[in-house]
Amino acid sequence: METLSFEFPAGQPPKGRALVGCVGSGDLEVLLEPGTPGRLTIEVQTSVNGAEQRWQHLFERIFQEQMPPAMHIDIHDFGATPGVVRLRLEQGFEEIDHD
Amino acid sequence: MRGLQWFNALSAGAPLVDGLPESLRVADGVLGEQPVRFVAVVTDVQNRFPRARNGEVGLLEGWGLAKAVDEANARGDKRPIIAIVDVPSQAYGRREEALGIHQALAAAADSYARARLAGHPVIALLVGKAMSGAFLAHGYQANRLIALRDPGVMVHAMGKVSAARVTLRSVEELEALAASVPPMAYDIDSYASLGLLWETLSVSRIEQPTADDVARVSNCLVNAIKDVGSSDLRGRLGATNRAASSHVRQLLREQW
Amino acid sequence: MTDLLTKHSFVELGARQRAKALLDAGTFRELIDPFQRVMSPWLGRQGVVPQADDGVIIAKGSIGGMPVVVAAIEGNFQGGSLGEVGGAKIAGALELAAGDNRNGIPTRAVLLLETGGVRLQEANLGLAAIADIHAAIVDLRQYQPVIGVVAGSVGCFGGMSIAAGLCSYLVVTREARLGLNGPQVIEQEAGLDEYDSRDRPFIWSLTGGEQRFNSGLVDRYVADDVAQIQQTVTALMHAGLPAQQRSRQVDFYLARLTELDTTAQIVPAAVCELYQGERP
Repeated sequence: METLSFEFPAGQPPKGRALVGCVGSGDLEVLLEPGTPGRLTIEVQTSVNGAEQRWQHLFERIFQEQMPPAMHIDIHDFGATPGVVRLRLEQGFEEIDHD
Repeated sequence: MRGLQWFNALSAGAPLVDGLPESLRVADGVLGEQPVRFVAVVTDVQNRFPRARNGEVGLLEGWGLAKAVDEANARGDKRPIIAIVDVPSQAYGRREEALGIHQALAAAADSYARARLAGHPVIALLVGKAMSGAFLAHGYQANRLIALRDPGVMVHAMGKVSAARVTLRSVEELEALAASVPPMAYDIDSYASLGLLWETLSVSRIEQPTADDVARVSNCLVNAIKDVGSSDLRGRLGATNRAASSHVRQLLREQW
Repeated sequence: MTDLLTKHSFVELGARQRAKALLDAGTFRELIDPFQRVMSPWLGRQGVVPQADDGVIIAKGSIGGMPVVVAAIEGNFQGGSLGEVGGAKIAGALELAAGDNRNGIPTRAVLLLETGGVRLQEANLGLAAIADIHAAIVDLRQYQPVIGVVAGSVGCFGGMSIAAGLCSYLVVTREARLGLNGPQVIEQEAGLDEYDSRDRPFIWSLTGGEQRFNSGLVDRYVADDVAQIQQTVTALMHAGLPAQQRSRQVDFYLARLTELDTTAQIVPAAVCELYQGERP
């Protein structure tokens, strides 16, 4: 298991918070909460070691499409593929918008 | 055999209660001046259920324990019940699963819990193995848990070989982890650090207790009976190694 | 009634959604929610990724207007296994529900059971928590029904199958399995001839929901449908306490087990036959 930290530029904090996913095989749990304006911080606990670069690239690709809101995101990953990670994050962003 | 030895020593010739499976030993004896019911699960090599011939808690044992404890309940005299615990495991078998061994073990746990709630002091004396479902059915509902300090006395959720297989580790890896993670350890001192035991005590001959051993254990049982105050299991909370159990309860109370 | 378009699977829901689906609309209130991050103190140090709610959801609310606490186990996290935190959440919630009843508040409990039993990484603390859960069910059950639901797909095993056996009522679907020992462990301990853990039809024929219902070891057999499960649980709450707990039918079960010829290996039909008939 590895714990990784990331930070990205962001917009304004959202109002709500959201939880999506589950720490089950090939899945991950994502907790999204309002953060400091201008900053997106992410902490990842993952069962897969040595994947820091892959997480970095994945987040960069997702956030370059659209400036994310200012949040703190906790990820508990149980071997999810990049596709599943992206899906869960998008679900999380959608739910946080609804609140 | 330890369970039988301690049952015989403590019940001191009191007549056996009949009408129960051969794998149970139940007698109404005396501790100090007080009438108590002793209950033990013992080896029955003739057990009609082949997977329960080595002292395992199976179908007959679960339902039989329930009957033995309920008889004490029905008397209405709140006599203490002493569960002598030396149970290597629950019974693993096709008949057992098919016929609902979980329900038999539930019946035993149910009877012990109702006895405790009705005001019977229930004391479990661990003289050998106290494993998993077998211990849940026979002993774990007691107000007070007492263990003899001996390498053969152990409490655990699963035997080492199966536990290693299920958690995808080697037995050596499991043992290494157990050395640093108290709830995973198999020794009685690690178990004691979880705060679940009321007392541990050493005896000179655990396999065949001496008169002095029996006197010391009897004395400890008498004190445990006197010490029983409330009918719940709150006395098991409070150890540092079980801090989360208390913390969770506190948060639940605040948010209830 | 069997129109697939009008059915909503309960089995496919996560534990939190299941709890929400059972409670009256708008009454779901989670205690120690995942954002409070009360997680296992034991998993991280063993290199196992924790989950924010430790795999157990405790929610208060109402069902049919009756006050209720729901404890739902998430079968997808560590096989629904119970560690110290998740176990204490369930035990503590049941203890408070019993306390409510002593104070004149008729809180009931529903347990949504998808669990392999003790979490082996927290072995003795999981086992101790399950003993606490047993104690709390027996206590609460004096006042109000405790309803267990095993929907699937994990099933209910280990010490929590004993908890199921203590419930006032048990509801299962065809996707449910209920048994003390997991198939792999039985095979490991007793051998392949006794129990072939890879023979799925064999295992389902012995421990599946339909067989458990037909042999009288559970109370209701329902479709995997949110509405039907919700209605069944509500009806059981209205029914109040059962005339006699299954776990107290000692004379009946001991008599039947004494009759059984144990020289031959058992088949599922024999269990139904043995356990059917007059009850005390």
